[in-house]
Formats: sequence, structure tokens, C-alpha cells
Amino acid sequence: MTFRDLDRDEPATLGAKLLRFNWALLLLVTAVACVGFLMLYSVAGGRLEPWSARQMVRFAMGVALMMAIAMIHVRFWRAMAPLAYLGGLALLAAVELFGSVGMGAQRWIDLGFVQLQPSEAMKIALVMALARYYDWLDRDKVSRPLWLLPPLAMIALPMALVLKQPDLGTALLLGAGGAVVMFLAGVSWWYFIAAAAAGAGAVAAVMASRGTEWQLLKDYQYRRIEVFLDPSSDPLGAGYHITQSKIAFGSGGLTGRGFMQGTQARLNFLPEKHTDFIFTTLAEEFGHVGSLALLGLYALIVLFCTASMLSNRDRFGALMTGGLTATFFFFFAVNMAMVMGLAPVVGVPLPLVSYGGSAMLVLMIAFGLIQSAHVHRPRRGL
Amino acid sequence: MSARRDAGALTRRGLVLLGAQGALMGVLALRMRQLQIADAERFRLMAEENRVNIRLIPPARGRIFDREGRPLAVNRQNYRVAIVREGTDDPEETLARLARLIDIPPRAREKALRELRAKPAFVPVAVAEHLTWEEFARVNANAPALPGVEVEAGLTRFYPQGELTAHVVGYVGRVSERELKEDGGRTPLYQIPDFQIGKSGVELKAEEILRGEAGVSRIEVNALGRVIREFEREEGKPGDDLQLTVDLELQRYAMERMKDESAAACVLDLTTGDVAALASAPGFDPNKFVFGISSKEWKALLDDPHRPLSNKTVSGQYPPGSTFKMVVALAALEAGALDPAERVFCNGRYKLGTSWFHCWRRGGHGHVDLHQSLAQSCDVFYYEIARRVGVEAIADMARRLGLGQAPPLPLPAVRSGLIPDKAWKRRAHKRAWQIGDTLNAGIGQGYVLATPIQLAVMTARIATGRQVTPRLVRARAGLPLPAPEFAPLGVSAAHLALVRGGMFGVVNDARGTARKARIAQEGMEMAGKTGTSQVRRITAAERAAGVIRNADLPWERRDHALFVCFAPYRAPRYAVSVVVEHGGGGSTAAAPIARDLMMRALFGPEPPITAYPPDERRRIEEERLRPPAPRPERPQSDRA
Repeated sequence: MTFRDLDRDEPATLGAKLLRFNWALLLLVTAVACVGFLMLYSVAGGRLEPWSARQMVRFAMGVALMMAIAMIHVRFWRAMAPLAYLGGLALLAAVELFGSVGMGAQRWIDLGFVQLQPSEAMKIALVMALARYYDWLDRDKVSRPLWLLPPLAMIALPMALVLKQPDLGTALLLGAGGAVVMFLAGVSWWYFIAAAAAGAGAVAAVMASRGTEWQLLKDYQYRRIEVFLDPSSDPLGAGYHITQSKIAFGSGGLTGRGFMQGTQARLNFLPEKHTDFIFTTLAEEFGHVGSLALLGLYALIVLFCTASMLSNRDRFGALMTGGLTATFFFFFAVNMAMVMGLAPVVGVPLPLVSYGGSAMLVLMIAFGLIQSAHVHRPRRGL
Repeated sequence: MSARRDAGALTRRGLVLLGAQGALMGVLALRMRQLQIADAERFRLMAEENRVNIRLIPPARGRIFDREGRPLAVNRQNYRVAIVREGTDDPEETLARLARLIDIPPRAREKALRELRAKPAFVPVAVAEHLTWEEFARVNANAPALPGVEVEAGLTRFYPQGELTAHVVGYVGRVSERELKEDGGRTPLYQIPDFQIGKSGVELKAEEILRGEAGVSRIEVNALGRVIREFEREEGKPGDDLQLTVDLELQRYAMERMKDESAAACVLDLTTGDVAALASAPGFDPNKFVFGISSKEWKALLDDPHRPLSNKTVSGQYPPGSTFKMVVALAALEAGALDPAERVFCNGRYKLGTSWFHCWRRGGHGHVDLHQSLAQSCDVFYYEIARRVGVEAIADMARRLGLGQAPPLPLPAVRSGLIPDKAWKRRAHKRAWQIGDTLNAGIGQGYVLATPIQLAVMTARIATGRQVTPRLVRARAGLPLPAPEFAPLGVSAAHLALVRGGMFGVVNDARGTARKARIAQEGMEMAGKTGTSQVRRITAAERAAGVIRNADLPWERRDHALFVCFAPYRAPRYAVSVVVEHGGGGSTAAAPIARDLMMRALFGPEPPITAYPPDERRRIEEERLRPPAPRPERPQSDRA
């Protein structure tokens, strides 16, 4: 299959591209972002400052960026993939050297207008690079052990750098995103089963290393895991966030306390009420109905993206869409699981809702790439 | 492998992935259901029980200093003793032991016991406040024998100058029920037990500047309110310090000079409008209000005929009497109703229709011009020119000179006095204005009322020809406020000079009414004007029998004595006004006080003895030999 075969189906003009733009997806993304504005307004005690207004501006800028990316041919992005990956690696190495320290971890590079979190950008770059790799690779070789080594190295390198920061959550998400692309590319099931077993072994090793000289995680990370396993062991100490988050979540009931009526978040039970724990405020104020509605919106976004992937005959575009969709899915699923006490507190924001410029920027770039793949996709005649 | 087969594989994998994602989302939804439906009741209860409380930390109140930086209002440590019921097996016994160490009145003991029984076991109940350092140390030393006793240190207000600046600085007190209700819960600081807010004076009017912002301590409490732990503590922002324009030493001198009188004195700096002294005698000890005043003391203050609680400088309204004559003269000169060279004949009385208006000097002054009319304070002259120029022009001039309106001072109860005109009388008395009213206004009697600070402003404006406006605050938080610029009055300089010349005559002419109060040093000469305002009506019968001398009248029916002045005559720097309630004549009761204050303002604490007129020097020398008055009694905790 060559590109010439696909060219017939491609939109040439800007108008034609806009016609094929996935407007429904943009609408869904905007709807979720609006939920975010509303919640940021609420946790600020009914004020646009300091979070909601700034988030709106960022989102508007993000939409513009997304449109711009979507209008550029996916071919260009495929060409850019290796560069993006290498650039991401360089940035990750850079924060290691002179990144600023926030919340006890080195994660940021200050670009002036926004603080860039290279590990976030890496999530995209890794997916792009892997998609490019499998687009290039002969299908027959996909599951051969030798050809597995390059992608594994591509995943392991940034993971190691992110772990060093230390940011366990992002590292795991990077790995998961990469694994999804490999899975979609058709890597044999057996490898995944083996990897799962190895992962379990690694967890055991990590836990066993605690207290020894070669301890693999920071103490607070161990405490988080420990408390996650048994929050009641330290209800006012490290388990505090999980316990309070669950209380806030549960006290919302079926319909919630009403907009701006939540008590838990406003009284600063949750120090990161406007970032990682914003979902609890939504749950407290809008109840089961509200939290299910947000989950529904996310599900629709995943569904639309998956549909786009399935209808895409361009292998790079489809793999990238699938990988980015999975990354997005992991984002909200881990955050929701975390605030509901199903996952340890790892510091993953709720996508499009939590306050934060870096995450917003990265998400909008991701949606721009998905849109670019969608707009320029050669449709599949199934 | 064909493209189609490959695409089929990707679709399969994609659908598997979608299925997995769907399953995970299903788990999330189930978890939501579990938390928000099944366990909602339990969590709602926990949310109620397990609340974060915000405890406010009161900010340190801004201090108040005089113009030289001497403290007028400061904060000092206040040691309190409280008992926590759960800390002791027998609260009554603990209280009894405590009472052996420090003085606790029986009433306070009963109250504490009642509160101890009523409140939750862990709530500290205040037993005694304002402990001295010794008492505090004694309680601490005996701590092992006093289970459940807690000692806390807080800040409380103290006024080191006592009654000297009580009216200006004011005092603070606890938030009253009414203030709480009016506030409607908007000010969280009001909820702090024993929080003190300004109740009077600058303390009241500059409350927002002085208060600062509360700090917050976030604590977790359980359903009973017991503190479990403190999350974070954010110290408050202390209030801004204020520096007043008042000069403490001048103020002290004014208060001591007037201590037996019911009187008021104001000293204004003419270049800046700074109020260098604002003394209202008698004073009161503001510390009594902070520490809690007994009802007996309170009643005594209220019943005192000298009204110590009133700030007479801004709240006392008096007929200005002859000090108003400058206003009338300027109004007539500006309206062209009076020629500067013109003479009016005074035979001691003035006829209007069928009634007579009298001059204070029974025999009359003979032919008087403007200069003599001021220097000798001839009433007939002013009956005549007031009638000519009319009340509206007089009222207009009075307002230009600052009368009839409240000066913009940060003090409570700043009164505006009264400058009557025709519209006012129709409104207030439902009667038409009479020419007789104009004549009375012409000598500052009748309806005309002015406060001592207004008289000082009037004098300042005549002395400078500018719209001098008084100010009381010199600097905020160490930053000096910009010095004000005063616009010209718009009154002819020649007319002002004529009036000032007359005022110079009052003090320096051989026949001036206040010759005894002159300043003898060349270049420092003073100009002024006496005033004596009647508080009773002199009937025709009394006049026939001879007006009763003030000394023979009961105090409250005697005339008010007034004096206004500025100096140095040729380059005015200060204006002074003095009102002595029921003091008799302005020249004898008020003028010497004003002159002595002026001397201190001009020369500092020890004016050269040669600057006093020769017949005054002995009195001044005796005054200097006298030991200084004892400092005001300090409250208990000052021993700390």
C-alpha cells in the first residue's frame, strides 16, 4: 500500500478539511471543559479568579492550537514523530538538570506563558513515535523478538527519566500508552501476558526494596501505596486525602448538595481541590447524576475517537489515534479511580477539568493530532 | 499479509481495547454508585461530623503616635487565666486554690463556675484577665497544684497618656450586641471572644486602617468541637500605625492649663493645617473603658456637669460672640457696605424700631472706625454694618471661613455648628427672618453657633487668606501623607489686612480688650479677638438695675469665654482657639490660656520669660517652679 493509493480520498482545500473536521468531538471536549470552568468557579468560592477565568483563556488558546494542528496534513506529523520524541527526551533530560522544583518533584520548565511539563508532552511524542515505527515496520515482523526491542527501548527510556523525577503516575501512564500502541499494532498476546507477570514481579521487587539501600521509590510514594491499601491505618495522616475525598464524594448522594453548596472541598479538606481532587467537588455538589454525566461525556469522547480510528485506513493515523485515545482514557480513569479510593494517589489530573496549563496544552495538542488523522484519513472500505 | 487482513486485525484489537475501556468505565460507574447511593448516608454523616474549623487569629492593632512619635495608643501583653473542666477532677477546688494566688472577685468566681458547668468539658473558661507579670508568674510556678488551669497571653490596648489624648485617640472596647447585629456576620473577627474595636475618637473612625487582617488557623474538629489538629496557620496582617498631627507636649500643657475648667482649646499649624493640639477638658482615662469600667464610675462621668466624655473641640457648639465680628466686617467690606475709613458713633445702644440693642460698654465707645471696632469690640458698630450688609452676605462669608460645616476630621460627633440664614429660619422655626435676628448674628449671638475647631479654622483662614483645612493624621504605616495645598479664599487681601490689623489692635493697642495676653517679643506679636457669649437673656429690668456680674451668678449661667488668635502677626504660623465654658469674659478667662499655648507652639516647652508682658512674668515663673502634675494613674497590668 502506498500513499498514492490513498490520495484520491484526501481533502485538498481548507473548506473540505473543515467539512471533514470531527465537530462532534470538539463539542464533547468543549462540554467537558465547561464542566471544568464551572467547578473551578465553585471551588474558588464563587469567583472567576483565580482559576476559572484563566482556565477559559487557556482552553480558548488550546482550541485554536487544536484547529491549527488538525488542518496540517497527518503526513507532516508522521514526519515529525521522531523529532518530537527526541525533543521530548531532551526536555526530560533538561528538567533533570535545571527544572524548577514544584511540590517536591522536579517536573516543570518555565516557558514564560505556561509551565511545560515535559513528561506530559512525552505521552504524545511516545505514541507518535511508536505509531511511526509500526507504520514503517513490515507487518510480518511485528511480533518478532528482535523487532520488539526498539519500541521497548523507546518506552523504557522516557519512563526511566520520569521515574527519576520522581513521578510514578506519569511513568506508568507512559508505559500503558506505549503498550496500547503495541497492542493495536498487533504484537502477540503472549508478550502482554508475559509483561503482566513481569510487572507483578516488579511490584513485588519495588515493595521489597523498601528500607534497603537500593530503595526504588521515595518514602512518600510507599506511604501512598500503603495507605491506599488500607486508608483507615492513618485517617488523619497520609490516608487523609483518600478518606476525605471519599467522604466528599459519598456525601453528594444521588443529586448532590447543589452548585456551590459543597462543604468538604470549600473548607479545604482537600489541598488540591482545584487540580487533582476537583472531581470530588463535582461529585459532592452534583451527586451521582453529575459524576455519571461526566463519566458519560468521557465515554463518548473515547467512543468517537475509537470510531475515528476504526474508520482510518492510514496505519500511522489509526495507531496514533488509538494510542492517544488510550492515553486520554488512562488520564480520567486513573484520576477518578484515585479520588474514589480505587487507585493510589498518584497525582494525575482530571483531563480538561483540573486547573493546569500544561495538561490543557498537551491534551489539546493530542486532540489536534487525532483530528488531523481524522480529517486526512483515507476511509476504509470495509 | 494483505492490507485488508492487517486492517481487520487492527479493528479487532481496537474493539478489544474499547471493550476493556468500557469494562473499566463500568467499574468506575459501579464504584460511584456504591459511594453515592449505597453509602451516601454514612458519608454524609461523616461529612457533618468531621469538619474543618477555621479559627481566626486576631491581628495586632495598629498603634497611634503623636507627631514626634511618642506613643498614644499601644498594645500590651494581657495574661489571662482559664480553667478547662476536663483537666481537673474538682473544678471548684482548683478555682479556690487559684483565688488564693490571684485576686478573683466573688462575682467572677460564681460566673466562672456557672460557665464551667454549662460548657463542654474541654472548653477553656476565662477566670481572670489583665494579670500582672507577678501574678502570671505565681500561677505558672504553682501549675502542678492547679490541674486544668491554662494561662494565655493576648494583646490588649493601652493608652500611656491616659486622659491627655482621650478625646482625640478615643478608646476600644468589646463588640457590642448591637454592633454584632448591624454587622450581620460580615466581619468574622467580631466572633472572636473579647475582640476589641474602636468605640470613640480616631480609634473608631480609623478602625479599618488600625484593625489589620485576621490570620487563620485551620483546625480539624470532631462533632463536639474538640480540636484534633492544626493543618496550617496563616498569620494575620497587623493594622497600620497612625501618626497624628497632635503634639503631645502641647496637648499636655493645654490639658493641665485647663484642668479645673470645662474648656476646649485647638492649635492649628497654618502651613499644613495640622492640628497640633485638640484639648477638651476635663478628660477621662480611656484605659478604664478597655479594662471594663464600673457602673459607678460610668455614672459619675455621665453626671459630671463639665461633661468629661464630650470632645468639646469638635462637638461643643457655642455662640461665637464677638469672635464672629471678623466675619461680619469682612462680609461688609467685600459687599462694599462699609468704607474702611468710615466711623460709626456708639453711645452704648442701638435702636431698631421700638427695641434697643445694647453695647457691652454701657457708656458707649464714641466714634469708632473698623480698627477700633475690633480692638475694643464695639457692638453698636456691628449692629449697624450687619443691618447694612444683611444676613445672607454674612452667612456666605461665614461659610467661606469654614463655619457652618463639619471639618473633615477622623473623629466621631464632629458637629457643623449653625450659620443661620433666611431659608434656615423658615425651615427650622417656620417663621420669617427679622432684622433683629441679623443684628444678633452681627455680634455672634442669637442663632449662630460654632465649635472651637471651627473658630480655629476661621482664624487660620483670616490669617493666611487661604482655605486652610485641619488634618489630624500625619502619616500612615510610617509613610507621611502628602502636605495639603490650600487654595486662596478669594477675599480681597486689602480687606483681610484691615481685619487682621484690627485683631492686632485687640491684643496690642493700649485700649485693646486683650492687652494682657499680648506677646512682648518683637517679631512674634500676636493678633486675636476676644468673645464673650451670653447663655442667658438679660432682661430690661436687670439691665436697669445693673447687669449682674458673672462672678455672682451660678456657674452654669455665666457667660462663655472665647478667644481666637494667630501669631506671629507678620508671618502667621499658628492659629489658636480657646473656649472656656461659663468662664466669664473672653479677655480674662480665655485669652491668657490661648496666649500661653501660642507661646509653647512658637517657642517650645520653655518660652523666654521676656516674651511675656511684664505683669504676667511672675505668674509664669511661679507656674514653672511648681512640680509637674502627677502622671495619670496607670492600670494594674502596667506593673508588668
